[in-house]
Amino acid sequence: MLTLQEITKIFNKNTQDEKRALHRLSLEIEAGDFVTIIGSNGAGKSTLLDVVAGTLMVDEGRILVDGEDVTRAPDYVMAKHLARVFQNPLIGTAASMTIEENLCLAQLRGQRRRLRWGVTKARRERYKDMLAVLGLGLENRLKDKVGLLSGGQRQSLALLMSTLSMPRLLLLDEHTAALDPRMAEKVMELTDVIIRDNNLTTLMVTHNMHQALNYGNHMIMLHQGNIQLDVRGQAKARLTVNEVLSQFGETLKDETLLCAT
Amino acid sequence: MLLLKVVPISLEQGLAYALVALGIALTFRVLAFPDLTVDGSFPLGGAVAARLIVEGVDPTLAALAGTLAGFVAGCLTGILNTRLKINSLLAGILMMTILYSVNLRIMGRANIQLLDRPTIFSPFEAMDMNRYVPVILLFLAVIFLCKLLTDLFLNTEYGLALQATGDNEDMIRAFGVNTDNATVIGLGISNAFVALSGALIAQDQGFSDVGMGIGMIVAGLASIIIGEALVKPKNVFRLTFAAIVGSVVYRLIIAVGLRLGLAPTDLKLATGVMVILALGIPAFKGEREGKLKLRGV
Repeated sequence: MLTLQEITKIFNKNTQDEKRALHRLSLEIEAGDFVTIIGSNGAGKSTLLDVVAGTLMVDEGRILVDGEDVTRAPDYVMAKHLARVFQNPLIGTAASMTIEENLCLAQLRGQRRRLRWGVTKARRERYKDMLAVLGLGLENRLKDKVGLLSGGQRQSLALLMSTLSMPRLLLLDEHTAALDPRMAEKVMELTDVIIRDNNLTTLMVTHNMHQALNYGNHMIMLHQGNIQLDVRGQAKARLTVNEVLSQFGETLKDETLLCAT
Repeated sequence: MLLLKVVPISLEQGLAYALVALGIALTFRVLAFPDLTVDGSFPLGGAVAARLIVEGVDPTLAALAGTLAGFVAGCLTGILNTRLKINSLLAGILMMTILYSVNLRIMGRANIQLLDRPTIFSPFEAMDMNRYVPVILLFLAVIFLCKLLTDLFLNTEYGLALQATGDNEDMIRAFGVNTDNATVIGLGISNAFVALSGALIAQDQGFSDVGMGIGMIVAGLASIIIGEALVKPKNVFRLTFAAIVGSVVYRLIIAVGLRLGLAPTDLKLATGVMVILALGIPAFKGEREGKLKLRGV
């Protein structure tokens, strides 16, 4: 479904600060895969998502979606294929707009936006039903500004917004990292339910090794811009935190380790 | 007694300039784009309308042509910013400066008199009644129509995307909106309103002058600040309403000030100080975000 062919991304090219964020990275993702991505700070996790989403352009290599070359497609064109939830809940929602307006913006992802009424009655009913599933009481607050919501509520809404239009590819960029542990768990469970129910192809970056191992059917570990470990299916299901640590403890520093203990 | 004298003139002036405030609300508040084109697009509307009327064109058509010119000017500022990556403030200043020459070219001189020409307001002159009444009603109708169209537009699918462009550009790009185009369109609409105001005011006052746009932004900002203090802009409908109310109240304050001895030459100084106080007092008090938080300022 998504093919990355030897992609390389270099920041500050030809300066003293030159940094290779991705180095000839190749990856093939099948439709319906739920891929978790771990790696220490600076391993290239977020850059990988940025490159796939079209917010950053690769220096070398090709990106294909279902065989179509999208290497040069900017973010607003890639939106046709994918939706994304960011780490910061503030990025995924428009604070000064209402819940229903935000959902309407999200529903039209990748479509032509016309000069016809945005939040119609029929749409509002649909939003109500969808929000009710979250169990946060947001279905009664459709006309509230999103800025009034808590971080967890905003992130749950952002997740709903990203999946509302059934993207062929869902990108999750440490989307539970900014939430308190309880809320993080709730959002992660909700994420898993939505992904399973809709069989969404997903790339999830996480700092939390438990999350990376417990969810999804495919895990990759990045190190210095390339894939250091790639486990799928049965092998991934059997893998434990301790095994990963004993093998790669050297390269997995900082938060990843903290979350593992 | 004083109020009786100033209210009609303030109402007329306030409504006449309300379209400027509405345009500025669209750029500064909705798009979060501090657009300074206004000082040039206002006289542009007046210049185009005046020149066309002198050439014998129907005054209504002349006003519409002025509006269209404003739309183009706004779009050009947007293109300078989005395509050529020129800083938003500088893009506006460049356009405003360029328009000064353009306006002189259009008019052929610095000032065109329209007193002996037919204007949109001419039919009222013949009427046997207080001139304020029909003029105010006409302005009211135009403002109402523009406000209604703006409210409707901002609630359409495209309008919501435009609002999101000002609120959270990264998000709405991720949902597939080319925010560059949205910015260009938004600036175009805003400056179309401003130019329409210029075209109507030139006809109302009976002349178009190349200098009539100086200080228009600051006056518009003052209007918006006053309006938003009176009408909390909780939604689009109230935001546009606040701009109109603010414009009228601002003109009322100015008219009272002039009656009480404020020199007309000090008008822009007074307006500027008003804006500085409104924006500066919250900061001075040490609040991180003031009550009159103005996006785009």
